Amino acid sequence: MEKPEAEIPQTPDDRAEKEEESKVSQRAQEFLQVFKKGAEFTQELLRINEKLRYRVVRLEEENNDFRRAMQPETAIQDLERRIQELVREKEELREKYANIEQENQDFAQRYVEIEEENNNLANLYIASYQLHSTLDYREVLQIILEIVINLIGAEEFVLLLRDEKKDKLLVVAAEGISQDDFPAVTIGEGIIGKVAETGENYIRKDFASPEKTEINNPLVCIPLKIKEYVIGVIVLYRLLRQKTQFAEVDYELFTLLAGHAATAIFSSRLYSESERRLSTFRGFIDLLTR
Amino acid sequence: MSPIKILVVEDSPTMRQFICFALRRLPGVVIAEAADGVEGLKKFNLENFNLVMVDINMPIMDGLKLLSLIRKGPLNSKIPVLVLTTEGAQADRDRALSLGADAYLTKPTPGSVILKTVKRLLGIVE
Repeated sequence: MEKPEAEIPQTPDDRAEKEEESKVSQRAQEFLQVFKKGAEFTQELLRINEKLRYRVVRLEEENNDFRRAMQPETAIQDLERRIQELVREKEELREKYANIEQENQDFAQRYVEIEEENNNLANLYIASYQLHSTLDYREVLQIILEIVINLIGAEEFVLLLRDEKKDKLLVVAAEGISQDDFPAVTIGEGIIGKVAETGENYIRKDFASPEKTEINNPLVCIPLKIKEYVIGVIVLYRLLRQKTQFAEVDYELFTLLAGHAATAIFSSRLYSESERRLSTFRGFIDLLTR
Repeated sequence: MSPIKILVVEDSPTMRQFICFALRRLPGVVIAEAADGVEGLKKFNLENFNLVMVDINMPIMDGLKLLSLIRKGPLNSKIPVLVLTTEGAQADRDRALSLGADAYLTKPTPGSVILKTVKRLLGIVE
């Protein structure tokens, strides 16, 4: 059996030394703990500091913006400039609107004028077209009556043609007046005779027609002329009840009738005459050749 | 778009030409013409018209007689009829309207007025 090692007995100094070492170690640990906490706290402070700096920069920027915006002189000047621009813009728009309005009115007026012109031209075209659409004398007379009734709006009128042999005007067509009761008119006598002599239109100043038609008191006389030679006269006595005044186109129609009706009558008469003569010659030739 | 068919019953060739001249400003219009009431009625019975224009004073059959015959047809009550005449008395107007005319114009009348009236009767917006 081995003999246990004998314990070395500690002296009081040794024990005191050990206690001292233990205390130092403990204090070192405590210090290390405090130091670590201090380091962590410093890190935290640095982070907060960074955030605050960023915030300060942002606030400064915002502050600058506000300052710029709130600077009274600049803001007022901006507003005044804007107001002036808007006023100028408004004036320009107002001017443009007035111009467009004026243009619009001009166009509307022009449209009415063109429409009226178009109507007039249509009347004249149709009257002229119809007058020269046939060489049949009776048809020509009928067309003249139709024009005077439908396009001029006459209710009572006569068409007189010059009889070369008697040098008088004789009625060849009438509307609303008995043809048989109408006397022959001597050239140069009365209103109708004077119109035939001078070749000038006659339009009575007093538009209202008398109750009873008076032969020597016509409303309108239109001489039918080939160049300056009068071959007849259209005499209007009364207009349709709805026709209260002459329109611009009526005077144009009078002028058209004066020339075109005359040539239409003249050429249809010549044609009829030549047809009649041709027929007579053919008859003679037939007789001779049998 | 189907054409607009208009029947013009008028004895005067001058007026027929005048009316047709005015109506041709309507796009796609087809115009049939008749010189009296009888011819007008025959043509009316042969085709479907969108509008009929009649004169009053015509030979053989006048416009008012034609108008009354047109209106007697069961399907013809809605076809617009425009009377264009020289008769300007109120009594004539009243008679035509009582027989079923939709509009009454007196001669002489500008082509533009005829066109405007026809457009109104056909419901054409200008």
